[in-house]
Amino acid sequence: MLTKRIIACLDVRDGRVVKGIQFVDIIDAGDPAELAHRHAAAGADEIVLLDITATHEGRGTLLDTVKRTAAALFVPFTVGGGIRSAEDAAAVFNAGADKVSINSSAIARPELIGEIGASFGAQAVIVAIDARRSTSSKDPVGDAEVYVSGGRKPTGLRVIDWAREAEQRGAGEILLTSMNTDGMRNGFDCELTARVSAAVQIPVIASGGAGSAAHFAEVFSHNEGGGKADAALAASIFHFGVTDSRALKSELQRAGISVRLPC
Amino acid sequence: MIAIIDYKAGNLTSVVKALTYLNAPEITVTQDPDLVRKAAKIVLPGVGHFQATQLLADSGLTEAVRESVARGTWFLGVCVGLQWLFEGSTEAAATAGLGHFPGACEHFPASFEGTDLKSPHVGWNSLEEIREDSKLLRGISPGGFVYYTHSWRAPIVQATAAVTNYGGPFTAAVEQYNVMGVQFHPEKSAVVGLKVLQNFVEL
Repeated sequence: MLTKRIIACLDVRDGRVVKGIQFVDIIDAGDPAELAHRHAAAGADEIVLLDITATHEGRGTLLDTVKRTAAALFVPFTVGGGIRSAEDAAAVFNAGADKVSINSSAIARPELIGEIGASFGAQAVIVAIDARRSTSSKDPVGDAEVYVSGGRKPTGLRVIDWAREAEQRGAGEILLTSMNTDGMRNGFDCELTARVSAAVQIPVIASGGAGSAAHFAEVFSHNEGGGKADAALAASIFHFGVTDSRALKSELQRAGISVRLPC
Repeated sequence: MIAIIDYKAGNLTSVVKALTYLNAPEITVTQDPDLVRKAAKIVLPGVGHFQATQLLADSGLTEAVRESVARGTWFLGVCVGLQWLFEGSTEAAATAGLGHFPGACEHFPASFEGTDLKSPHVGWNSLEEIREDSKLLRGISPGGFVYYTHSWRAPIVQATAAVTNYGGPFTAAVEQYNVMGVQFHPEKSAVVGLKVLQNFVEL
């Protein structure tokens, strides 16, 4: 049976793992390669490395970090952040990534999705979407809006419309972050995730708000109120020894969710 | 020498990396049919479109592989590399596979047993009905998880060595004497996947 995936996310700045709370506060959490291996050994199904380095000089550091992290990592490895062209993507793939995650650059130039897919396959392209619920609409979830630039800039795009377009342009997966729940550890945005998951055929990775095993069970659930997610991503929950994937998966299995065990 | 065939379809980095990690001797990434003919083992990786395998026929690699496997050279196809061992795929109807195994690869159905089936099939799924005589899957127990990412799947044939269930069973691994293939990505399948590659390296 196809299992639900637990994805450990490392936010990296200048070669170090950091994690923002609601995209703002930053706390140092360690070396990316070391943390990636620790997560994989503890049962994470995939590793995502998101580079939040703003400067051009940081790009060389990123490729070095990717190379070091990928060297002995034998689970799927995604790299995102600052990938603006098929050439940027190729450099990251050559350094050892299996997939790239693109966000603002796909909004700026949606053709990029197909361009990367043409060379490396659709399975290698994740379109990351940061969304915030509407404050003015009667349907705040359905009219949730896509934001770019680390959540600072509204785009005027409805998240469901953009997810569908990304799929049509050849995205392999959607990584959906709810800005309303991100960093709060109060649970994923199940309603938003379920709406996007129902709108597309490709897998949807839920992100933002993980705080307990119960939150993962909710976002994976296909029952009323569940998030219908295919995978879920968490960062801060894992980094400071809050829990590891193996403990999390044991709890999920008890809750009737199909997960990869032993891992 | 292990020849890893580069047919410009996706990313070979991770397959090479995994084989290097396992201390596989003399790994050569190549497009040269003569080098492929000399190899003791051939690996055909592949993530991407079935259409990309057209390059194998156009560049003489199909013939080189056909001759090599007839002589008993060990062959491992991964993902599209497994699919290519069959007659073809509805993904690119005009492109012929090697035809070593009968039948064509088909897209996952849109629904199965009354519920919608998402595709691609992405993630960790279990190996079932593992053939006990399989050299490639030696030491792997039914229920072992491996990583998949694909929308087309190969039919079940006599040479099927393991199945995975998603919208019904499909060929997860195929093995007939020296010719082997896996639909999953062993290079991305943690301990279970490394075991598969190690089995191949040790043949």
